[in-house]
Amino acid sequence: MAKITASVFTSHVPAIGAAMDLGKTHEDYWKPLFAGYEYSKQWMKDNRPDVVFLVFNDHATAFSLDMIPTFAIGTADSYQPADEGWGPRPVPVVQGHGMLASHIAQSVIQQDFDLTIVNKMDVDHGLTVPLSLMCGSLDPKKDAWPCPVIPFAVNVVQYPIPSGQRCFNLGQAIRKAVESYDEDLNVHIWGTGGMSHQLQGPRAGLINQAWDSNFLDMLINDPVAAAAIPHIDYVREAGSEGIELVMWLIARGAMSDITDGKQQGTPPTLKHRFYHVPASNTAVGHAILENA
Amino acid sequence: MALDKPYLDVPGTIIFDAEQSRKGYWLNQFCMSLMRAENRTRFKADERAYLSEWPMTEEQREAVLARDLNWCMQTGGNIYFLAKIGATDGKSFQQMAGSMTGMTEEAYRDMMVRGGRSVEGNRRVGEHGDAQRPPQRQTPNRNT
Repeated sequence: MAKITASVFTSHVPAIGAAMDLGKTHEDYWKPLFAGYEYSKQWMKDNRPDVVFLVFNDHATAFSLDMIPTFAIGTADSYQPADEGWGPRPVPVVQGHGMLASHIAQSVIQQDFDLTIVNKMDVDHGLTVPLSLMCGSLDPKKDAWPCPVIPFAVNVVQYPIPSGQRCFNLGQAIRKAVESYDEDLNVHIWGTGGMSHQLQGPRAGLINQAWDSNFLDMLINDPVAAAAIPHIDYVREAGSEGIELVMWLIARGAMSDITDGKQQGTPPTLKHRFYHVPASNTAVGHAILENA
Repeated sequence: MALDKPYLDVPGTIIFDAEQSRKGYWLNQFCMSLMRAENRTRFKADERAYLSEWPMTEEQREAVLARDLNWCMQTGGNIYFLAKIGATDGKSFQQMAGSMTGMTEEAYRDMMVRGGRSVEGNRRVGEHGDAQRPPQRQTPNRNT
């Protein structure tokens, strides 16, 4: 059977992708940030998954105001890196896992989560920057990402977005779906976005290190409490775009210590934790958890 | 019954909710069109003519021409859509975000390097932080 063995949490700031693509990772501004992912790149090699289930948000790229799905699962066999206005990132095409994704879609919908099924979608920095951070710089033509990826897009652009609690519950449904797939597959689930940042208005540039640090503590050790944080707390404390952090709760809810909404199994092992300010306008947070 | 909007007392911020989205529909869809290179070229060649092809309000067109992102947001724009205008102009996300704060580009960048804007005094309207100014248009009225 397929099994979720680990979760990865990371911010997905576009400027990080640009720094990698333009060869700026050794500049003083960027060095401390990339140093925080050295462990992660090695961990990724040592614990190579068969599939990554990657929770991210689209930033008005694949989804305009034509259609705004709250939860969208990619069931395609491949996804092109999107042109977000600066030209597509020079990274390999993302290979999907259409069979597992379709299985998860059917199972999760039967568990009362109304997913939108997407068979054609370009993927923006929300998906490719976490891959770049965890896998390093790759040649768009000669190289490939280490494994297939199932993109799972969450609407965090237009209010109301799903609550942290709903995201946490959804994570549990995704775990059940993965575990009902017959093939033996090692699956990682990634939650991306955040941490504190605000990109708009006179309050742009807001960063709240104390809140971020507390959120990371809760996410790791008391995820049930983290799931109960209401929207308004994210906006007020972590900035209007800090609300992306609800996506981390999907990945956390899929870990094996969570059953029936409660933390009752052996807690996962914290393999790595990192925090850095700033990357452009944003506080970067990162953690890796392994199931017991 | 009124909708629950607990975010209206967050200073210096416009939450892009369903109502803002309805108001800004054509403005944001115009922005999306700039993801195609040929549309970027046409827009740059004659901005007013290109904008007139979209059923936006005249105020939305003025806000785009002025590159006043606070004003764009007031009229229903969303930052991820408006970012396509910035990309067309060759601006980074940091330059765009900074342009809404009334700070110079350099001052904004330095603030970020120092750890960003503090939340103290900036949680609720009426406190005494540095982000209490409402996100209103920064462009003066034109004399035409």
